[in-house]
Amino acid sequence: MPSETEFEKVVDGVGEHSPLDLIERPTKPAERQVTEVASTIEVTNLDIYYGAFHAVADVNMTIPPNAATALIGSSGCGKSTFLRAINRMHELTATARAEGSIVMDGQDIYAPGVDPVEVRSKIGMVFQQPNPFPTMSVYDNVAAGLKLNNRKIKKAELDEIVEKSLRGAHLWNEVKDRLNRSGMDLSGGQQQRLCIARAIAVEPAVLLMDEPASALDPISTLAIEELISELKHRFTIVIVTHNMQQATRASDYTAFFNIEQSGQPGRMVEMDRTEKIFSNPTHQATEDYVSGRFG
Amino acid sequence: MTAATAPGSGRTGTFSQAALPDWAMQVVMGGAVALAFIGIAFTDVSPALLVIVLAAVSAATIGIWAGTVEGRRKATDRLATMTMTYAFLLAVAPLVSLAWTVVSKGNGRLDLDFINHTMRNVIGEGGGAMHAIWGTVIITGVATIIAVPVGILTAIYLHEYGGTGRLKKAITFFVDVMTGIPSIVAGLFAFALFALFFGPGVRLGVMGSIALSVLMIPIVVRSTEEMLRIVPNGLRESAFALGVPKWRVITKVVLPTALAGIVTGVMLAIARVIGETAPLLVTVGTIDSLNFNPFEGRMQSLAVFTYFEYKTPGVPPEPSFDRAWAAALTLIIIVLVLTGIAKLVQRRFGVLQAR
Ligand SMILES: Nc1ncnc2c1ncn2[C@@H]1O[C@H](COP(=O)(O)OP(=O)(O)OP(=O)(O)O)[C@@H](O)[C@H]1O
Ligand SMILES: [Mg+2]
Repeated sequence: MPSETEFEKVVDGVGEHSPLDLIERPTKPAERQVTEVASTIEVTNLDIYYGAFHAVADVNMTIPPNAATALIGSSGCGKSTFLRAINRMHELTATARAEGSIVMDGQDIYAPGVDPVEVRSKIGMVFQQPNPFPTMSVYDNVAAGLKLNNRKIKKAELDEIVEKSLRGAHLWNEVKDRLNRSGMDLSGGQQQRLCIARAIAVEPAVLLMDEPASALDPISTLAIEELISELKHRFTIVIVTHNMQQATRASDYTAFFNIEQSGQPGRMVEMDRTEKIFSNPTHQATEDYVSGRFG
Repeated sequence: MTAATAPGSGRTGTFSQAALPDWAMQVVMGGAVALAFIGIAFTDVSPALLVIVLAAVSAATIGIWAGTVEGRRKATDRLATMTMTYAFLLAVAPLVSLAWTVVSKGNGRLDLDFINHTMRNVIGEGGGAMHAIWGTVIITGVATIIAVPVGILTAIYLHEYGGTGRLKKAITFFVDVMTGIPSIVAGLFAFALFALFFGPGVRLGVMGSIALSVLMIPIVVRSTEEMLRIVPNGLRESAFALGVPKWRVITKVVLPTALAGIVTGVMLAIARVIGETAPLLVTVGTIDSLNFNPFEGRMQSLAVFTYFEYKTPGVPPEPSFDRAWAAALTLIIIVLVLTGIAKLVQRRFGVLQAR
């Protein structure tokens, strides 16, 4: 059982890519307002292929718990591919295959015998396009993860979970009077927050977000960003974004992905504290990218 | 503000321009249609020739008129509009004529007596199609019970599990082949199948159901597959991302989303087979009395009933002919009622419908 200081060291040690020996979750929350300690994810030598195409090469990173980690990099460098590999969503693409290991709470999620369904119930995902289930009401959308798995839950308990999730997604006040209306009736920003509520209702430990705000207006975007900083108290968050301001505002750590030329695999260039990546990165490529200079 | 200049001439100027009166199209087309009716009713000119000439003349009229007043683009637009309207009229004309014939000849006999009497011991007037109505409902119902699960499950396999494998290609190929099977062949298939077990000459309602289901399955597979294809992948992925197993994603998210379209496909399949005569003739046969049991003995169906009433009328033939028309009308009404029910289902479960 690591102590609090070890926990801090883990979080701080990420910049130097220190090997992480945190296996169990600390039970005591650390100072940084952590109320529920989420999981650490350790990625080692990860390669992802689509058929013969090598899409992402040799990623090594440690995603710290209860922090938001931003993935940035030019289009097509494999951010979404990498993100989807974290909860084995890539397996839904027939040609996709990943090699390497991703260890979460001491378990390799790629190990034989690991059920991807279980992995996904611990590692949730929010997509770029808000996509509430069109046949379901707002309430049922939030309850979907529990209901679809036929968990036997009392109505009162489910009500409580739905309310908690909607409050957690900063949506409760806007929808509390229309829980039985279709989720499709909400605005785009509300729909995206509904999708976040749906994802957190199953109480995952990790939340992956692929450009969650890119289809939204600036106000909704800010709402999502605020939400992210709050969700950090309960989840480990990985967010792909093309928006540099968003990365600086919403994330604690930033990983920069790059692709040398098309046809080559994308690679992670560096990962560090967000302030460091944006003020004083180690690599020239990162400097060029975050400052808007290319080539 | 009148515009003498053609639009687009010069960079300044007005956006409005001369236009034909609002009623121009209606009057020209209405005139042509009226002339067609008058011509067909009062002259000996060939109706087909008359219709073609009138259509051409009215199109030329509106084209030239609009061309001189409104300019080339508007004239083209009006010509195209008129062509499409005529194409539409051409398409619905046989439908209206058919509906009119059946209703006018059939409604004389279509009454309570007709739907709660059979033809048992009936010679000449009277009698009814109760046995045929029940036969059609039961045979088609059993066929639907067979075809819908098989068809939907096949479509789910093809779209959600098949990937790009050989089995998928083979099934798709055979489904396509099945689409083209003539209905009599489906009937002979069921006949031959049952002859293997029960000897030749056996006639059962369920044999007809099997023949009809052979015709229905490819339609259900095709339409369901089409509907599954338009369910956005994002919905499947979000469900998977919640840790839901695949079969639950399909039954709880994908199928409900596609339900309205699947129901339409099933309705099309039913409508396609409910009026089949030939396959039922060789498998179910014909009978004058009521039989509710598809697993024993012959049954009557509306199409076969209509066929025999018309082919082998009594003396005098009129009561038989009347029964034939009334039975045809009943069949159309049954299809309409089913369509109405399907619409209700769609409205209740439809995706686009905000509740
Ligand atoms: N299903 C797929 N099949 C084959 N190749 C794919 C597939 N999805 C992505 N790729 C390829 O993998 C590479 C990485 O794609 P990915 O979507 O991960 O990029 P990204 O960094 O998320 O880009 P963006 O910022 O535009 O979203 C690209 O070259 C892309 O063409
Ligand atoms: Mg992407």
